[in-house]
Order: sequence, then structure tokens, then C-alpha cells
Amino acid sequence: MASTVENIPRATIRFAGDSGDGMQLTGAQLTNTSALAGNDVATFPDFPAEIRAPRGTRAGVSGFQVQFASEDIFTPGDQLDTLVVMNPAALITNISDLRSGGLLIVNEDSFVDKEFRLAKLEYNPLDDPDMDQYRVIKIKMTLLTRTAVEELELSTKIADRCKNFFAMGFVYWLYNRNLQPTLDFIQAKFGGKPDIAAANEKALRAGYNYGETTEAAISTFKVDKAKLKPGTYKNIMGNQALAWGCITASKLSDKDLFLGSYPITPASDILHELSKHKKFGVRTFQAEDEIAAVCATIGAAFGGHMAITTSSGPGIALKGEAMGLGMILELPMLIINVQRGGPSTGLPTKTEQSDLLQCMYGRNGESPLPVIAAQSPADCFSTAIDAWRVAVRFMCPVVVLTDGYIANGAEPWKIPDFDSLEKIEVNHPGERSEDAPPFLPYKRDENLSRPWALPGTKGLEHRIGGLEKEHETGDVSYDPENHEFMCKIRQEKIDRIADFIPELEVDGEDSGDLLVLSWGGTYGACTTAVSHCREEGLSVSHAHLRFLNPFPRNLGSLIGNFKKVVIPELNLGQLQKIIRATYGVDAKGIHKLKGRPFTVSELVEQFKELIG
Amino acid sequence: MSTELPVLKPADFGSDQDVRWCPGCGDYSILAQMKKALATQGIPREKIAFISGIGCSSRFPYYMSTYGMHSIHGRAPSFATGLKSVRPDLQVWVITGDGDALSIGGNHLMHAIRRNVNVNIILFNNRIYGLTKGQYSPTSEVGKITKSSPMGSVDNPLTPLSLAVGCGATFIARSIDTHIKHLGSTLLAAAEHQGTSFVEVYQNCNIFNDGAWKYATDRETKQDNIVELEHGKPLIFGAESDKGIRLNGLNPEVVELGSGIAEDDLLFHDAQAPEPTMAYLLSRMRQPEFPEAIGIFRKVDAPVYDDQLNSQVTAAQQAAPDASLNALFNSGNTWEVE
Repeated sequence: MASTVENIPRATIRFAGDSGDGMQLTGAQLTNTSALAGNDVATFPDFPAEIRAPRGTRAGVSGFQVQFASEDIFTPGDQLDTLVVMNPAALITNISDLRSGGLLIVNEDSFVDKEFRLAKLEYNPLDDPDMDQYRVIKIKMTLLTRTAVEELELSTKIADRCKNFFAMGFVYWLYNRNLQPTLDFIQAKFGGKPDIAAANEKALRAGYNYGETTEAAISTFKVDKAKLKPGTYKNIMGNQALAWGCITASKLSDKDLFLGSYPITPASDILHELSKHKKFGVRTFQAEDEIAAVCATIGAAFGGHMAITTSSGPGIALKGEAMGLGMILELPMLIINVQRGGPSTGLPTKTEQSDLLQCMYGRNGESPLPVIAAQSPADCFSTAIDAWRVAVRFMCPVVVLTDGYIANGAEPWKIPDFDSLEKIEVNHPGERSEDAPPFLPYKRDENLSRPWALPGTKGLEHRIGGLEKEHETGDVSYDPENHEFMCKIRQEKIDRIADFIPELEVDGEDSGDLLVLSWGGTYGACTTAVSHCREEGLSVSHAHLRFLNPFPRNLGSLIGNFKKVVIPELNLGQLQKIIRATYGVDAKGIHKLKGRPFTVSELVEQFKELIG
Repeated sequence: MSTELPVLKPADFGSDQDVRWCPGCGDYSILAQMKKALATQGIPREKIAFISGIGCSSRFPYYMSTYGMHSIHGRAPSFATGLKSVRPDLQVWVITGDGDALSIGGNHLMHAIRRNVNVNIILFNNRIYGLTKGQYSPTSEVGKITKSSPMGSVDNPLTPLSLAVGCGATFIARSIDTHIKHLGSTLLAAAEHQGTSFVEVYQNCNIFNDGAWKYATDRETKQDNIVELEHGKPLIFGAESDKGIRLNGLNPEVVELGSGIAEDDLLFHDAQAPEPTMAYLLSRMRQPEFPEAIGIFRKVDAPVYDDQLNSQVTAAQQAAPDASLNALFNSGNTWEVE
């Protein structure tokens, strides 16, 4: 008897297990397969900072959540429809996210006394009466995997490593997924080790067949294709999109790309990605520390390259002095901050938006820098290009903010045609003869930008530095009038970027009871929550800031059109402070500091409370 | 028709800025010798960049008519590494001091040297913090009484050249601000070397540490206190050229020539020795037990960082002449939405 197939609009699934159980790989495969099937997808990998925390403990649990849907989605989902747990620690740390009536798939072989002790459990959590609200499917995954790979005569240790593919296979059956993309992946990744490739394939098929033969669930599920805009799509993660955006920006401006970087979670993948693309003229410099990374970046910018540095909050703290130098040198570069939980070392693998004030103000002296934030994994691509456009036009470092959530999250990316992207114009002054009037390195154009004069150009020899400079000549100057003038003109230059960036668009009516003002990685949750509220007839609109400095020109008047404005942030109210100070309005805040993104339901609840 | 390049004189390498070092400062002499060296080597101004950190010596770029950057404290080698990585066509100099290079910037100095970036690092060593008005530096002697060490410094000093040897420097030299011919030729040799050239210059701060190098500069004493290194020549010194350095096992010793000791018994300098052992030994010879060595301690060929970085890029480009971003975007798994 074939099981029935139920058509559903969307599904949220989480795999949870030990750090070494391969949960990230498993989740990424389901994501990719679902994207290839035409679904919209959004992911949320969640893993500990330790590479291998003690096995079986709660601290060592690694999870990967994916939502796939036949409609536009903006978040990886709130509550889980299906939770796969490889051990008791994974169950106890994740079960609260499973919706009532949801499927709980457990590796029964690991629900034994020893594992309970490691997870600090005094009894089998599956015996808890609360489990009645879930549909529990117990599978002896370890045993079944060992049996499936038996003929390969692998060690038990190696055989057991394949059990994530068994779990994956079972979920593929449950959601009617095609095995082929993952079979191809196995060949590509493990092709050099035929035994391992064969074992993983057998485990995957065994999991799938187990579902089919035992019909462990009452019905399986099917999620149809999403109606995305026509085009070619690719599933992309935020860090990869950012890296590709930087390469693209360099080519749009006819420049080679230079990256100065020091490894730091969660930004290192940008360094890894860029170091693969030397054929596009990319030079990567793995510096001795964060300071050297940004200083080399400034050196490369002086030399005329598109120069960028990538880091996260603690690294940005170290770069502060050099960022101030970059500002006063008025050289273009990108300072990319993939934010993570702070303060100090904080929560390296968790997400947060708490570096906004650091990037806005964390430098000595009057040191304004433009700040731009990406809103989703795929959006990192165009954010990098937009940032570079501003940097070269206004001759300044631009701070690019992303966060751990969008850096490691994935979503479908509509692949652009490079040739259709708008070029980025860069001008370098040419040679001057001996009898020409002296070159003025700090003479400003209509944007208040100074010329980007490159070493090697005859007649433009000049000296730049961190000491205050005289207007136009750039010579060292301690003159009080000049200093005040230069501070003001540097500020004015950044302020005027507001004329260059688009006005803020509103999703919903442009006046009403509540304006939800968001920035960065909270875009998806805010968009979805506002849309839920509007479906219920509430007067809620949404505006999402891409530029945090300067603000779009219409922001102040827009805020004034609403009875209330609320700013949801994964911090204690950093944008809220700036909005209050800038516009003198009583902006409300919704704050969360749990290393996790907002859920849609918690936002909906708080929006409703604010409307009253 | 031939186009003749204009011949630049030392003065052509000076900027229009007033030099603001204290009158009598050793920096003036180094500036003058640098201008002479640049005029001698014949590279045009626009192809040269001076990068400095913070401190008295780091004002140097402002006084040159080349490209220049006065950066932040201790980090000049990092700026220079970035610049040289993308612009190997430029001749890049790093001007630094004992505080800038060895204290706040120790990390970057170490890594620039071990990478063998093709830059010339000139360390002005005056054994004091000048710009902050007279605190002890990482090269100040133990017991030094300064504003921040009224009972005498208890810090052990660094020997800059020993540090450079430890980092695997491929060009190591020492000269003296007042020893102008030697200084000029040392700067030229540093410029010619492919890879990091590290030059320590004994420089007098006549305001906060006057006479720190008196033993090495005074007419009466210098010949007994300085031994000038020449590749392939024995280490001989003294007003009468009657003293030398001999190896006794692994240790150097001062010997009198004559009375049974001939030149052939002395240590012969080999700047090109593949192992840096002798360069290290020479760097450890300090007053008053030994004369201090000046000249080129080490000059060896080794792969250069910026060459290698750029070679990888060239190789990758040659291997993929048709590389296109559209191909990259469409690589891996993609799907069509109608």
C-alpha cells in the first residue's frame, strides 16, 4: 500500500545532533535539493563555537534549520514541522521549537543510559508525557546504517559516520525529494575515496527505502515549486554572495580586488571564497592580525586597487584606529563586519546586530563613515556593489554590515547577467608636467571628493597621513580654523551621500498606526510579521534601511506619518538610539539578544501589543 | 629622436615642506643621504613611495618629493606590504624608529621580514622616545634614567638586528647617521636587494639621549669600537688596524694582530652564507666587550612575497584565459524558473 501524499505550502525542518554528526552537511543538502526542486528556501545553521565539544553533551549540539516553500518566504521558519534528533542532547535542546503535532524523528540507538548521562538527563526524555503532543518516529539509525554498509567492511567508526545520510534519506522520502542532487554531491565530494562514497550512498538509499518499506509515517509531504520571478537561480550563502559581489564590483570598476584579512568567525568564509578566485585578479593577504589586515588594505587602496578587509566585531575593534586613518586619508575601501554575538569574544558562532554603534562611532575624533547593511544572504551580493559605488564616488571607506545569520544562511539568488550590471566609474588624474601648477591632493569636486591620484603617476607625487591637513594642499596644518573647516567638510561629504542613495520605500501605506523600521538581517522576520499583521487588517507598514549612515532623506518625514514607530533589533536598541537622537521621536524598540534571529510570531505579538 | 630622462639631483627629492626636526638631530643626515642615494640610483620620483609610522623619524615622508604616507603607530610595514602587493612596480621604503618598529609595531616588523616583502625598512635607532619627550625605548639600556624610569629602566633591551636574523631577514645591515659615506652606500645596497632589506641606523637624539652612540661616532674612540664588515674580508678594527675578531669555538673573541696571530686566523665575513648563524653572532657583539659591527651582515637571495603573490595571480589567469563572471555565477547547481 502506497502512503498518501499531502500537498503543503511550506515545511520547516531541523536536523540536530552532535557537532561531529554532519548536521550542517545534511541540512545544506536538503536545502540545495529543495532549491533545485523550485522551492523558495531559507536556512538557519546554528552550531557551537567549539569544533568538537564533548560528545553527547548539550554544549556540543549542532543544528541546521531549513524552510522550503511554494511561496515567497523570508525566514527559515519559526516552529518546526519536523525535527530530526541524533541523540538525547539534541532532543532536549531543540524540542521546544517543534510545533504540537509535529514529527519527531529520533535515532533510537542513541537513546541509552550512557547518552542520557552525557546529556545530564535522569530518564529517557522520550518517556516524558509531554511527548504525546508529537508524532514520534523512532528509527534504529546506527544499526540500520551499519547493516546497509556491511558489505564494504568498513570500521564501525567509519560506518557510523554515514548515519546522517541515512537520516537525510528518510527525510527525502518523507518530503518526496529527489536523491540525484545528493548522489552527485557524494560523487563530487567523496569520489576520491570510493569506499566512503559508496557507504554514504548506501546509507542515503537505505534511509529512503526504510521510509518506503516501513511507511513509518501516515503520509508523506509534497511542496510545489514557488512562483519566483523568471530567471536562472542558484542557492547562495551570504558570505559567498558577499565575496562574489566584491569580485563583481572590482570588475565593474575595472579594478583588481585586494583583500586584507585575519581569520575570524563568522567572516572567514569570505577569505576562503576570495582566495579561490585569483583568476579574476583577486589578491588575498592573510595578515598577522586584524590591524595589519586593515593597514594592508589601506596600502592597497593607496596603490589603486579595490581594497577590502573582512572581520567581525572583535576584529573591527582592533581596526578602529586604521579606519580613522582611512577616513582622513579619504581613500576608498570596504570595511566588512560580519556581526556576531558580543561583547568581547561573546558568541562567535551566533548572530547579533550589536556592532552598529561601534561602526558608526567607534573611532577617536570626528570620524564619520558611511554604513550600509545587507538584508538577506543573496542581498549581500548587491550590497557589496552598492558599497563600492559609494566608496569610489565619495572617496571614503564604507562599512558593510552583515551578520552571522545571513552570512551562513542560504536562499535562492536570481543570477544576474554581468554585462547588464551598471558600470562603476572611477577616475584617476593623469600626469602633469613640471610647469603645471602644483597638484592639490585635497582639492574637492562637486561631491566634496578629493582626487584618487595613484603612485606611479608623474607630477602627482604627494604625501598623505593621519595629521590634520590643510584644505586643498593636504599639507600638515595645525591651524585652528582649518581644522574645524576640515572636520566639517568631511562630515558634510558623508552627509551628502544622502543625495546619492534612494529614498526609503514603504511596504504598506505611507501613514498609519505603526511603522516597523528595521535594518540588516531582521528584514525577513519583519517583512513576514508585518504581512501577517496586515492580513489581519492592522494598520502596520514596514520600511527597511539599507543605509544606516547617512539615512535616506525622507526617513524623518516618513516616521512623522505614523502614530508609532518601532525598531526591532538584535541588540538593546542601537538604531533606536540614533533615530531618537536624530529625529527627536519616541521610537519604541523590540530587543533580542539570544544569538538567534527574531521569530515571526514574537514580532507579530509585540506589534499587536504596540497598536493596542 | 631620443628622449633623455632628466637627471635628478639630491635636492630634487626634497619636498617644499619645512623640516621640523630639532636642530642637530641625526635625522637630517639620514635625510640627506637618502636624497643622495635616490639621485644616484636613478629611479624617477613617481616610482618611489615612503611609508612611515609615528615618531620623529616617521615625519620623513613629508620631507621627500616622492609619494608618501605617514600612517599610524607601528603599522608602516603593513601599509607597505599592501601597497607593494598590488604595486610591485614601485620602490617602497619604510621609515621607522626603535619605538615604532620594535615596541608597538614589533609584530608587523617580524611578519614583513619573514614574508620577505620587497621593501626597504630603515630603522632610526636613537634608544629613546623622542616625540613623546623622553621615555625609555625597547633599545634603551638597563638602568636608563628617563622620565618614565626615574630609578632606571629594568627592561632588557632588544638588539634589532638579532630580531631580524630570527625572522629570517634576507638583507641585514647597520650604519651610523654621521658616517655619511657608509650610510649612503648602505641605503643603496638596501634598495638594490630583492626582498626585505632591514637597516638599523644609529641615530643621535641630541635632545633626549645625546651621545647614546658617542663611542661609535667620536673621532678618538670610533675605530676601536666599530668593526666595518666587508664580504670576504677578515674582521679587523682599531685605529692602527691592529685588532681583529677570531672565532673561538662558537664564540667570538678580540685578538691583537701580530705576536703569532695573522689575518688568516681571523673571522672572514661571509654575507652570503645560507645559514644566518654568523649574522646572529655578529649582531650580538656589543660594547664594551666587543666592537660593534656595521655594514652588510647578510644578503641572500630568497623568494620574494610580492613576486610570489602576483605570480599566483598570473598563473591562475593564464590557466583560465576565458574566465568570466557569468560562468562563475552559473557554476554548480542552478535551476530555471519560467
